[in-house]
Parts: sequence; structure tokens; C-alpha cells
Amino acid sequence: MKRSRTMAFAPVAGLAAAAMLITSCASSGSSGSGSSSGGSALTASAPGITSATITIGSHQPLTGIAAPGYDEISQASNAYFQYVNSHGGIYGRKIVYKYLNDQYNPSLTSSLVRQLVLKDNVFAIFNGLGTPTHLAVAPFLNSEKVPDIFVASGCECWDAPSKWPYTFGWQLDYVREGKILGQYIKQHFAGKKIGYFYQNDEFGQDGVKGLDYEIPAKQVVAKEAYDATNTAIGPLVAKLKAAGAQVVVSFSVPAFTALLKLNALGLSYNPQLVVSDVGSDAITLAGLLQSFAKQSHKTVNGNQLTQGIITDGYLPALGDASSSWIQLFTQIHSQYLSKLPLDGNVEYGLSAGYAFVQAMLKAGRNPTRQDLVNAINAGIGQGPVVAPYAYSATNHNGVTGAYLGIIDNGVLKPQGSVLVTDATAGGAITPDTSPQPAAPTSGIPAK
Amino acid sequence: MTLAKHLGIALIVGLALFLLSYKIGTYRDYQLAEFAAYVVAVAGLTVLIGISGQISIGHGAFMAIGAYAAALLLMHLHWPLELLIIAAAVVAAAAGGIVGVAAARLRGPYLAGATLMLAVALPSIADRYQGVFGGDQGLDINVSVPGFLGAAFPLTQWLAWVCCAAALITLVLLANLGRSRIGRSWRAVRDDEVAASLAGLNVARLQVLAFVVSSACAGVGGALLAIVTANVAPGAFTLTLSIGLLTAAVIGGLGSLAGAVWGSVLFVLVPGFLTNLTSSHGLSGAASSSVPIAAYGLVLIVVMLAFPAGLQGAVRRLLGTATPTVGTPLSALRRQAPASDTKEKGTT
Repeated sequence: MKRSRTMAFAPVAGLAAAAMLITSCASSGSSGSGSSSGGSALTASAPGITSATITIGSHQPLTGIAAPGYDEISQASNAYFQYVNSHGGIYGRKIVYKYLNDQYNPSLTSSLVRQLVLKDNVFAIFNGLGTPTHLAVAPFLNSEKVPDIFVASGCECWDAPSKWPYTFGWQLDYVREGKILGQYIKQHFAGKKIGYFYQNDEFGQDGVKGLDYEIPAKQVVAKEAYDATNTAIGPLVAKLKAAGAQVVVSFSVPAFTALLKLNALGLSYNPQLVVSDVGSDAITLAGLLQSFAKQSHKTVNGNQLTQGIITDGYLPALGDASSSWIQLFTQIHSQYLSKLPLDGNVEYGLSAGYAFVQAMLKAGRNPTRQDLVNAINAGIGQGPVVAPYAYSATNHNGVTGAYLGIIDNGVLKPQGSVLVTDATAGGAITPDTSPQPAAPTSGIPAK
Repeated sequence: MTLAKHLGIALIVGLALFLLSYKIGTYRDYQLAEFAAYVVAVAGLTVLIGISGQISIGHGAFMAIGAYAAALLLMHLHWPLELLIIAAAVVAAAAGGIVGVAAARLRGPYLAGATLMLAVALPSIADRYQGVFGGDQGLDINVSVPGFLGAAFPLTQWLAWVCCAAALITLVLLANLGRSRIGRSWRAVRDDEVAASLAGLNVARLQVLAFVVSSACAGVGGALLAIVTANVAPGAFTLTLSIGLLTAAVIGGLGSLAGAVWGSVLFVLVPGFLTNLTSSHGLSGAASSSVPIAAYGLVLIVVMLAFPAGLQGAVRRLLGTATPTVGTPLSALRRQAPASDTKEKGTT
């Protein structure tokens, strides 16, 4: 009887004590509010904003299956922020970019983003990477009214201003991209057998949706979906081969584009590859192909294997040394980021960082979270992307178009002009011939 | 008598937690809710291992079953929160019953292996049947604050209440169960299966029952965790989770419900603390993501060397309230292998 009392008390007492322990580490997260209008004083106008800093957060795959290539993006954005910080910052405030590793695992994303918002009091979540991962937190961010800007995913789902008023896409969405690639395939591979290879989530499904809008259904002989957690894709590639697909369109992350190529090679199967922008960075692919082949004790030439891949791009081609944007990026890269290659992922991170600075400058001197959302809803200039942004109060899609390109000797060679379209089935695909605005000489967007 | 005492203490602690939830801010509320969810799962596991003497390395799988059950019922049938949690317990208990039947025939490392397989294989079902389970992306499970609290009430605080209430109820039930005839029978089976069966106990039935109870707890824990994170995806229920639960139970002290609470504290606080520590010291992503796992291993080794009866054993020793009759929890595991020999000799 006596013992039962101590036993009974122990667990509940433990629970209480444990709770105390948690509290004892509780930080006193105070956030000054009340936006001051006008004046020159910098105030703590919103959570994450002090008179000296703007703190923003992100979730990024720094390890795991999506990490190869994508782990460079946040470092590149941070490099651009350092560049801005050392050139006066945003109205004098320095950007603090806190990106945490979610390993492309939606459950980790869920808890990390809560940490960023509830504990670290970030002003906004910027460029959170991944469709499945970010879908796990978009409802939370919107219920907390935290700006969720420039999601690093082309899912069409970010364009839901009435459901998710705080979420904004940035890169070309996969439906538009699917349409642009689909039209090219329809025009250049008429009568050929087409196979689809895509990631089994909204990333791949959106891409397939866009492709299906353009490619005649009778030409499509196989649709094979892979799971990002399972690298054994041999059977899927064998099915594509068995169906006789002469052209394979791939909506895949870089690691799976490389696996597709190597598996096809193993089956002596050599279809024309058409790969979504996110899975086609030539430098990343070459590296992956070589390292995967090395794991099975083979040597391959990465550039030889990426030769002839058809893809699309919505940022200036890296090989275009005459572009003022490439010149700016090369300068920032050599100054802040020289340990990484200047590849498509770095260009992506720098460009997304540029877009963030554009939006913040537009949001005003002492912005609230709503000010930032309003600034983007009012539209932001094109900046480094090749087609205009779609942003408005009723449209939260980002880039609206891309050019087609072919990888030649490890370098993306653009083909033809930029094509813009919408995300609907019947929406026309039209060339956008207006010249891209040049980069500002300061490297920092105009206020 | 004992029930009344347990209830009384649970009410007092519940009240303390209730007041606390107002003081600590939303993120700590979130962590409190997450922690309470783990307490439920770890408490069930510690009863299974420490009291009934069976091991499970796959308890994350039962959490997944509870979580998916709750998500699917919310999505398709819009069940209210309390029913979701009960349903998660029932579905996971049913799964535990099936596994328990197999488990009752297996001993020591074979049981460990079988449950390990469960943890590895089960999450991939979500990928296989993407239409139902949403694949890698998983399912959303969004609950809202009940109307009487008002729309402005923070959801995390409400969820902290729900999870703490569930944890307290579970602890009271398990504490009473452990003190009951069933608990005593479990200990008898754990200590000597032959003696227990000679004393008229149905060993297999008791072992299956322990699995059922333990999986029901894991199911509730999984459902709570899914509700707190608003998402259920296979990535949440990896082998690392299962091992983490086991580690939490061992670090806390096997068979001790208070130990389950200590173990869960470490489970929730350590990764966040270390992530901050490693990122502030500029470790690379690859290195910093391995640090929490390495730290678990280190803590486990240190605790086992210094306090073989876990943290709760250490607390008891410091307070001078050691209860040797409960048996040092580790011996429960160690006894597994020989038990199978003696059973064979005894029954054939």
C-alpha cells in the first residue's frame, strides 16, 4: 500500500517536473508592434524586425535525397543577402537568414517551421523548399498570418490567394512548365512514342497535367511515377523501354534524373530526354552521374551523359556572359560563394534572394507582415527572371514563362524566344519578345 | 483506493499544466503538446518491455497506424477530436493484437527482429497506396479550436491541453493497470514464464494483452503527434523514431512510468537544443543532422553506465526511495534469451 503511493505519484510528479523544465528554458519572446508611419527612425515594426535586423527563416534539404544541388540554394540566397548587407542593407537593416535542414521530410518541416515562427519569431518564411515539405506547413503559416513568400517549388497549389493569402509561389509553376515543354514535344516529336517519368506527388502530377494539356493522349505510351524515398527505379525504366517510349519527359529532382539516365544506360535504352528545369541543372547532373556511377565502380563522363537533354529555363543562361545579370551573379559568387560551383542552383538562390529584397524595399521603411504581402500583391518588377511575374491580389503565381534549351557539352544553350502562358488548359502559349531589363549597376534593386 | 489517489494527483498536475500553458508562449505550448504525445507512446512501450518483458523495436509503426487512422477518419468522416483519439487507440490496439499473437511465440532477438521489420516495412505502404495515404506527402490533419474558447484562442495551447489530458489519463490508467492483478501477472511472466504458467497464468494471453495495451498507447501518441504537427507522412515514422522511443524508455528507466516522462523530455528537447548548438557553431548540414542521433547514443551509454535503472532509477536513489522489488529494468531484457530455453524444456 505504501509503495503504491510512491509509484503512483512518481509518473505524474515527473510529468509536472518535466513541464517545469520545459518552461525554465522558455524564452521571453517579446515583439514590439505598432507600425510607425513615416519618420526616419527604424522601429521594431513587426515580429522579426528590429531597428538593425530583419530575421527570416526557411526550411531546406541540406542532407538527404533532395540535397544534391538544392543544398546550394539557401547558401546562395544568403550570399546575396550578405552582399546587400554590406551595401547598406534594406533601409539600413541587415538581413539575418536562418535556414534549417528538414532533409526533405515533411514531418521535420512541420516542427522546424513552428520553431522558426513561434520561437525564433521570424518575420517571414522565405523560399521554403519542396512541394511535399512545404504543403505540410502552408496551412500553419497562413493561420499564423506569417508571410510565406517565394516557395521554392513550382506547385500550382501556392496560387490560392483566397485560401492562403500569405503564400506566394516564385519559380515557373509546373503546369505552365509542362505546357511549354509539352508544346515543344508536340511540335518536334510528332508521331513519336512519349513516356512520362515523374515524382509521385503534386510536383510530378502538376507537371503531367501541363504536359497532358499539350501532348496528344494517343502519343503517350507509358506514365511511370517514382517515390522520392525509393531509389530502386529500375523496374520503372524497364517499363518505359518495354512500352517503346522514344521520348521520355521527366519531372524529377536531380538525383532521380541521374538515376533515370543511368538505369536507361544499363538497359541499353537511349530515349530523347526532356527534363523539367528543377531536375536538369547540367553541372549538378554531371556531378551526380559521376558519383552514382562511382558507387557501382564505373566511370562515366557526366557531360557526355547530359549531352542533348532538352529542358527549359526561366533565369538567364549561365553561359551568356553578355547578360548583366550573369555578370552580377558571377561577381557575387566569386566574392561570397567561391567554394560552390556557379550552377543553376546558385543562380536560383541568388535570384530568389534578389526578389525578396525587391519585395522588402517595396514594403516600406518600417513594414508590418501585411505590408510585405500587400507589396507583392501590388506586383514586383521582373528582375533576373526572363518573363514577368504574375503577382496580383488574385494571383500568387510567380514567373510566367521560360525559354527552351538544350544541354550541350555541360552548358544550357537556349533555343528560340521566351514563351509565356497561363496555367489553364486552353491558355495560349505566346512568345515574349520584350527585352529583359538589365541588372542595376549597384546590384541592389531600386527602392 | 489507489485509483482515487492517482486521479487526485493527476488532477493537481493537470491543473498545474493548465495554468502553465498560459505562461509559456505558443512555441513552448507546442513543445509541451509534442512531449505529452511522446509520453503516451513511451509509457506504453515501457510497460511492454519493463513490466511484461517483451521487446518492441517497431513501436513507431503503431504510432503511424494511430496517426493515419485519425487522419483518415477526420478527412472522410469528420469525426470530433476525442473520437479520433479513441479510434486511433482502437485501431492500433487491433494491430497490436495481431502482432502480439506472433510476438507471444517469439523471444528475445527474434521478437526484436520481427518488430524491427514492422517499423521498416509499414511506412512504405503509404507510398504503395498513394491514393489512400497520400504517399510521401502524407495527409493533412487540421483541427480547430473549439467554439467556446473563441476564434482568437491559440490552437497550440488548446492542443497542449488535449495532449496533456491524454497523457495524464494514460498514465493513470497504466499506473492502475500495473498495480492490478494483470500487472502482477505480467511481472510474474516477465520474471519466469514456467513458474507463471505453473501458477495457472495463461502466459501467451497475457503477452498478447501487453502488446494490445502498449500499441493502443502508441496509437494515441501517434494520433496526438499528427494532430499537433497538422500532418501525417511516412517520414515521421522512420526507424529512427522507433529506436528513439526505445531509447527514451531505456534512458528513463524501463518499467517506470515516471521514467517514460523523463525519456520523453530528452526526446523533445535534445534535438532542438543540439540543432541550435551545431548551427551556431557553423557545422555543415551533413554533420549537424547526425549530431542528435550521435548524442542519443552518447546519453544512452552514459545513463546506462551511471544509472543502470535509468533516470528514474537515479531519482529514486537520490531520494532514497529505491524499490528493489520492482527489479532492475535491464534485467527484464537480459532475462529474455534464457527464458526461451526454459520454456521449451518446461512445456515439451
